[in-house]
Amino acid sequence: MRRTPFLRAVFAIAAKDLQAEFRSRLLISAMGLFAVLTVMVFYYTLESRPEARRGALPGALWVTVTFAGTLGIGRSLAAEYDRGTLDGLVLAPVPRSALYFGKLAIAWLFTLTVALLVTLALSIVFNTNLLRLGWLLIAFLGTLGFAAIGTLLGSMAVYARSRETTLPILVLPVALPIIIASVNAAHGVLDDQPLGEWIAYPLLLASVSAVFLTLAYLLFDYVLEE
Amino acid sequence: MSQAALICVQALNKVFGLRPALRSVSFEIARGELVALLGANGSGKTTLLRILAALSKPSSGTVTIGGWQLPREAYAVRGHLGVVTHLPLLYDELTAAENLRLYARLYNLPHELSKGDLEARIRESLARVGLLKRADDRVRTFSRGMQQRLALARATLHSPDILLLDEPYTGLDAQGSALLDSLIADWHAQGRTIIAALHDLSRAAALCRRALILADGKLAADLPMPDAPILTETFNALNPS
Repeated sequence: MRRTPFLRAVFAIAAKDLQAEFRSRLLISAMGLFAVLTVMVFYYTLESRPEARRGALPGALWVTVTFAGTLGIGRSLAAEYDRGTLDGLVLAPVPRSALYFGKLAIAWLFTLTVALLVTLALSIVFNTNLLRLGWLLIAFLGTLGFAAIGTLLGSMAVYARSRETTLPILVLPVALPIIIASVNAAHGVLDDQPLGEWIAYPLLLASVSAVFLTLAYLLFDYVLEE
Repeated sequence: MSQAALICVQALNKVFGLRPALRSVSFEIARGELVALLGANGSGKTTLLRILAALSKPSSGTVTIGGWQLPREAYAVRGHLGVVTHLPLLYDELTAAENLRLYARLYNLPHELSKGDLEARIRESLARVGLLKRADDRVRTFSRGMQQRLALARATLHSPDILLLDEPYTGLDAQGSALLDSLIADWHAQGRTIIAALHDLSRAAALCRRALILADGKLAADLPMPDAPILTETFNALNPS
């Protein structure tokens, strides 16, 4: 019986997505452009309220990451479905959870890239240094949790007729704890609060991510059933 | 299931919503058989092949391949199947060779073959479908027919025992169709079991040894392949327009 080991399959799927994206730049350019435009919208809407700007920065980052991430994850999975290549992956003798983790790796990489780009853009536009270790740790964990949820629910939504609207409707309520924890933790970092004041939020992010990664590992066989 | 049967389908039903796509379909296929799956559009050919490929679950009934029951033991069966569908299942942004390398990894070929042997297998597969010169070109630059040829190379790269071909002539020109005729004959001579959903009755009569004819989701006929005129007559009687 021919079986492809889990990690080898994950690596093959992630490497394929990275190679294809490196050539087409379709996803990252769409996500990046969306992110930059959103930052500009925040800048102009907050221009007349300088006192509110600093407090709005964590929300600006996570709203942008949430919508850009949803856009990217949805398009990545939709392309697999529309080209039929999802069938090609399902036909292979690989554990189905490997398909999930392969797609997740790339979704996380792209969402984290967007989070770092937005952090840089917000730092420049709002003249505030956001490139701090705590902020980056939250971006790392928050995007992992978001990508874990987005990839799992996106794989379910890909079969829906109106998947463009189905995905945000599914993802946003479920990802709310991730978004709230990320924003609160980012406030703690931005306000130079002691670590003990906000450390519970990164722990919550790690826990939620672990729960969804475990769920996906156990249940992904059923997600891809027609 | 009889001793010789490799594929055994018993009382298979598939329902989409309220619409039955397959109705109590039963048949057995022995190892090494070359079977034409025939039927009008919407008769259930693709649904049946998708269930045999473990891409879709039956609503009821049993499907066994090589002793493994689908969909429960699909994981064990997948490595033995080569599947060609309506779509080529290829990545536009990757080259022909890169697409085959990806599928080689997904079928664990790097574990079974040395790097040199794997590259030789990929080159040989591309040469067999007449695409060796285009090995390093992206698939997006290929015509539909060339993509279909590459899909045939993809489906057979891992030397599957069973080939499920859903309208494999789609997009092929006369030269490509002749090439596929000879490939199917070669695969059959190598002892592979082949089920091909075909529209061209003359081709089915010339190529295959047995015909399964679906009509409105039912297996309307299961017969040794007759001559083309008799096959056409039988087909038309079972599928009145």
